[in-house]
Amino acid sequence: MFRNVAELLEQANADSISISEVMIRQEMDIHQRSREEVMGQMERNLQIMEEAVERGLKGVTSHSGLTGNDAVLLQQYMAKGNTLSGHLLLDAVSKAVATNEVNAAMGMICATPTAGSAGCVPGALFAVKERLNPTREQMIRFLFTAGAFGFVVANNASISGAEGGCQAEVGSAAAMASAAVVEMAGGTPEQSSEAFAITLKNMLGLVCDPVAGLVEVPCIKRNAAGASNAIVSADMALAGITSRIPCDEVIGAMYRIGKSMPSALRETAEGGLAATPTGRRLADMIYGITKGKE
Amino acid sequence: MKYQSVFDIIGPVMVGPSSSHTAGAARIGRAARLIFGLQPTWATVHLYGSFAKTYRGHGTDLAIAGGLLGYDTDDDRIRFALETAEKHNMKIEFIEDTAATEHPNTARIKLGTDDSSMELVGISIGGGKVEITELNGFELRMSGNKPAILIMHNDRFGAIASVTQILAKHEINIAHMEVSRKDVGKDALMVIETDQNVEDDVMQVLEKASHINRVSRLIN
Repeated sequence: MFRNVAELLEQANADSISISEVMIRQEMDIHQRSREEVMGQMERNLQIMEEAVERGLKGVTSHSGLTGNDAVLLQQYMAKGNTLSGHLLLDAVSKAVATNEVNAAMGMICATPTAGSAGCVPGALFAVKERLNPTREQMIRFLFTAGAFGFVVANNASISGAEGGCQAEVGSAAAMASAAVVEMAGGTPEQSSEAFAITLKNMLGLVCDPVAGLVEVPCIKRNAAGASNAIVSADMALAGITSRIPCDEVIGAMYRIGKSMPSALRETAEGGLAATPTGRRLADMIYGITKGKE
Repeated sequence: MKYQSVFDIIGPVMVGPSSSHTAGAARIGRAARLIFGLQPTWATVHLYGSFAKTYRGHGTDLAIAGGLLGYDTDDDRIRFALETAEKHNMKIEFIEDTAATEHPNTARIKLGTDDSSMELVGISIGGGKVEITELNGFELRMSGNKPAILIMHNDRFGAIASVTQILAKHEINIAHMEVSRKDVGKDALMVIETDQNVEDDVMQVLEKASHINRVSRLIN
């Protein structure tokens, strides 16, 4: 089993295979499953992601009424053809938002790596798909590549907002997406790891401060930022730009930053945006009471 | 390494909104239900840390209730689990506990029927993955997403050997095994995670083995 990104790259290079292939072989090996089984399970995940995006693009509203329908607004805006950041980037953003709006509405999603950060990977995937026209297998491989990097983060740092803040969730998700975009675009395993490092560096320090404790504000828009960050960093890596701090060290930094974050900023809804006057007012409105304030 | 599968990272497929607070919570509830072996008529759930602070927003209560009803993370019925529990005369109480715990997402579930009860502690470690850390006062570490058998036995010579012999005879491979006891010669607990599901016939043989008091299992 690869324990870090350095070993992941080593295995890919030793056998001259892609990162997705390293992940597929490891999964088959450790869990004694056939290639068909492993690919089939991932295809089901892909299917769920596709359905969530489709549902979100039609418009959904969360139970609390706090969020919803922003994916629709973006698609309508894009249809006018006069966007500043360009079609592909906004497509990624709208599909990331769509996924997380469905999640907030207690709809069915695939956690990548978590539910709160479930938009980054499909957002990037289904936007890049329109440009690169991948086969179904390449789309499944996209998820294995993303998963390989997430596997390293989960085992060496954290993918939990309660433990490491939003950087551990949306930060990891965005970086995973970025690495997978690079592979789909024909980049090398090294370029995938550079894209991962660049993305995660730009997400370090992000706190988890959900208003009213709901996976809505600011989570949904953070996924929008994550998906766009993923694509921009992928382009940077494909251009040949490298991270001065190696990938594994960036992951280590993320872990240590998470450890030093106060509990108020780790998914307790006690600090950050949750503690703003508006954040508290929204919480009161949703629960009809003031939680432990009097 | 805590995470062994790519599907811990890309997955689970689940009802939103939170992998740790919804999917993980459902898995803890479901593990409790499966280990208990039947539908409880009552449950008291203590929530700690982030679980306590944000459970209503994440539907943690719905998810744990769903788990206690036997639902998995991708079961749409989770959304109505509290109403369903009420209809089934299952009384569930949630308590926001302020005691400090090692992990920020911890739940302690006491559950039972008129005749028997059980107490279990689970933590949700991220991405929907959970660990069961305590059962009836015994410390343990069990992932809850591998088949497992839990055996209450008397701390006597040969108790463990008799169990492993039965498993070997039925070609069930042990992935992870832990034994803990409260005191020398007293009640003890064996937790055995296996690569294969343990079928009914094996369970019956295990129940009859010497020094074994109670056997329960977790099916994947």
